[in-house]
Amino acid sequence: MVLLGSSGVGKSCLALRFGKDEFRSTSPTVGCAYLTRMVHLSDVNLRFEIWDTAGQEKYHSVTPLYYRGAHAAILVYDISKRETFLRAQVWLRELEKQVVPGSSVLWLVGNKGDLAEERQVSVQEGEELARDRGLYFSETSAMSGFQVSELLAAIALRVYECLGAQQEGLSEWRETPLVNLHHRDTFSSSAASCCRVGP
Amino acid sequence: MEAGTQEMPAFMTNRDEDVTSDSWRQHRKHVFVLSEAGKPIYSRYGSEEALSSTMGVMMALVSFVQSGDNIIRSVYSELHTVVFLQKGPLVLVCVSNSRQSEEQLRGELLYVYYQIISMLTQASISRIFEHKKNYDLRRLLAGSEKILDGLLNLVDSDPSFLLTAIHCLPLASSLRDSLSQILQKAITPNLVFSILVAKNQLLTIVQEKTVIEDARLEPADVHLLLNLIGASSAFQAGEIWTPICLPLFNPDCYFYAYISYLDPPECTVCLLLLSTDKEAFYAVADCKRKIEEAMVAQNALSLIAKAHSYSVSQVGVSDLRHFMYKPFDVPDTYRQLTQFTSPEMEAPYSSEEEKMRLLDLYRYMHSRIHSSTRPLKLIYHVAERETLLAWVTSKFELYTCFSPLVTKACAITAITKLLRWIKKEEERLFIRYPPKYSTTPNPSKSSRGGKSDQQDSTENGFLTLL
Ligand SMILES: Nc1nc2c(ncn2[C@@H]2O[C@H](COP(=O)(O)OP(=O)(O)OP(=O)(O)O)[C@@H](O)[C@H]2O)c(=O)[nH]1
Ligand SMILES: [Mg+2]
Repeated sequence: MVLLGSSGVGKSCLALRFGKDEFRSTSPTVGCAYLTRMVHLSDVNLRFEIWDTAGQEKYHSVTPLYYRGAHAAILVYDISKRETFLRAQVWLRELEKQVVPGSSVLWLVGNKGDLAEERQVSVQEGEELARDRGLYFSETSAMSGFQVSELLAAIALRVYECLGAQQEGLSEWRETPLVNLHHRDTFSSSAASCCRVGP
Repeated sequence: MEAGTQEMPAFMTNRDEDVTSDSWRQHRKHVFVLSEAGKPIYSRYGSEEALSSTMGVMMALVSFVQSGDNIIRSVYSELHTVVFLQKGPLVLVCVSNSRQSEEQLRGELLYVYYQIISMLTQASISRIFEHKKNYDLRRLLAGSEKILDGLLNLVDSDPSFLLTAIHCLPLASSLRDSLSQILQKAITPNLVFSILVAKNQLLTIVQEKTVIEDARLEPADVHLLLNLIGASSAFQAGEIWTPICLPLFNPDCYFYAYISYLDPPECTVCLLLLSTDKEAFYAVADCKRKIEEAMVAQNALSLIAKAHSYSVSQVGVSDLRHFMYKPFDVPDTYRQLTQFTSPEMEAPYSSEEEKMRLLDLYRYMHSRIHSSTRPLKLIYHVAERETLLAWVTSKFELYTCFSPLVTKACAITAITKLLRWIKKEEERLFIRYPPKYSTTPNPSKSSRGGKSDQQDSTENGFLTLL
């Protein structure tokens, strides 16, 4: 999984919550931080490798190293800074060039939900962008913990399904002529882009 | 595009300072960085924006003197020394009332320049300003103010910078050797330096043979690296992988640094592995696992935890309060890192003010020894509350601090004893023969950080962002 977005939107704080469910103010990330986290789904444990990239512009030249081949890309912006939302769209265009559609789960995350009174990006705007571009969408607060563990669980589930669908696609292509659409049926419409690969 | 990203994160309290206040004016040392076009890039205190008129004045001064083919170097007033340093398209200015020499202040500005280079490389900076003279470099340095602030605080408080030498943690030579061997065994292609640090002091460093034949690792590069580690939140993050340039080694290309603490959650022992291959993260992270396993097997972490700096009382010379000793007598074939040794600062130098006062005395002695007009070999200086003696020979540079009543004869005897003690302890105090390994598959191509990297910095993403 790779976390992308402008400096200061709270990627490292989210990553910290993912792992330890605590909140600390952090320094800007240098280069890229690598962490691993176990996520328990009902019938399986997934080990996530998380690349928490640096949002600072000077590190942008190395960021593609990390999102290439990622199963999940989380685009984070700060709901109290419009500019970070615009920046997320630049990242999105970049990602779309690199990522094979359907091979990765893309998630748009509006963080700092606790700063409601300073909000510059409405929930609808986030949702709309996500819907138009086939991303999942959540609003979180790394500070209060709001929706953070839910986000991780949801990402894990989608990644698992996405991997499952790809594997089925493969096995089906090799062996059985049976088309199994079971996984895809469970997706909501805005989620469909996740698993376009397959039969 | 110009307006760029100029959010000032909340934790940077220096930046919020009112630049019209007296307290702002009274800081011991201001440091400013601006572009040749006069654009503010960095200010140690107060935000660059609030200061842009001040910087404008400085720039006017610089260009006025430059137009006479006469590069401005320094300005003295009763209370302040103002030192200018131009490096490529950057102008660095220091305004100090610390009574340091112009050379010392210029040396400090050079550290600031090098730290900027360590993040961006000299080649990218030149290219950026070639393309666009009034580029706002703060865009690329956003978020790094803290690294520069940290550097300047270290420069003021850590004599390693003054002496351009490395301070290593005293360690039984058998332990240091076994740590080196652990590092020597955990290698992967294109790994060039393996460095182990505890409590901000060096434990050991292993260097790639062919790389180090071409260029030696300079203490200043190590200082910059250590400062960067200090400023990064690797302790929360697990493992860091970041491009970094070692400006004295090669100002134009990047290494890729792997940074991880070996003893979470305490986070005192840090491992740094430098590779020339930016894709080598997993291979390098694998080296760390090996190192970790070997350290556990040898119980190395608990041994390191017991290591600490020493007290001057161990030397057994009465009246000696403190010293700094920098030897020169190591065979050059070893590509030795310049090091120095120094005991803890103890009473009467326990408080921050007293420590700073002693350092200022050392800085004064240092400036006399290294004076460009009248360098001295030996200085005996009776100050108000202590007596100092500095001595430089072809074998060492030594600064000593005695209680005020010591006689010159006593001081000389004491120094003889001290030198004998250091000789006896040198295996413990210094990394005598830095170990090496060989990781480059094709040595002839590996010089100075590798060709591929050189290219890398030229096609680096910055330009596309202009
Ligand atoms: N109010 C609020 N503040 C937050 C939240 N998440 C993070 N922050 C603050 O935002 C600042 C930056 O957070 P980071 O997680 O370091 O930001 P980042 O995205 O990792 O930044 P880079 O590493 O520079 O790319 C921190 O000082 C946090 O205290 C949040 O949900 N609410
Ligand atoms: Mg971060």
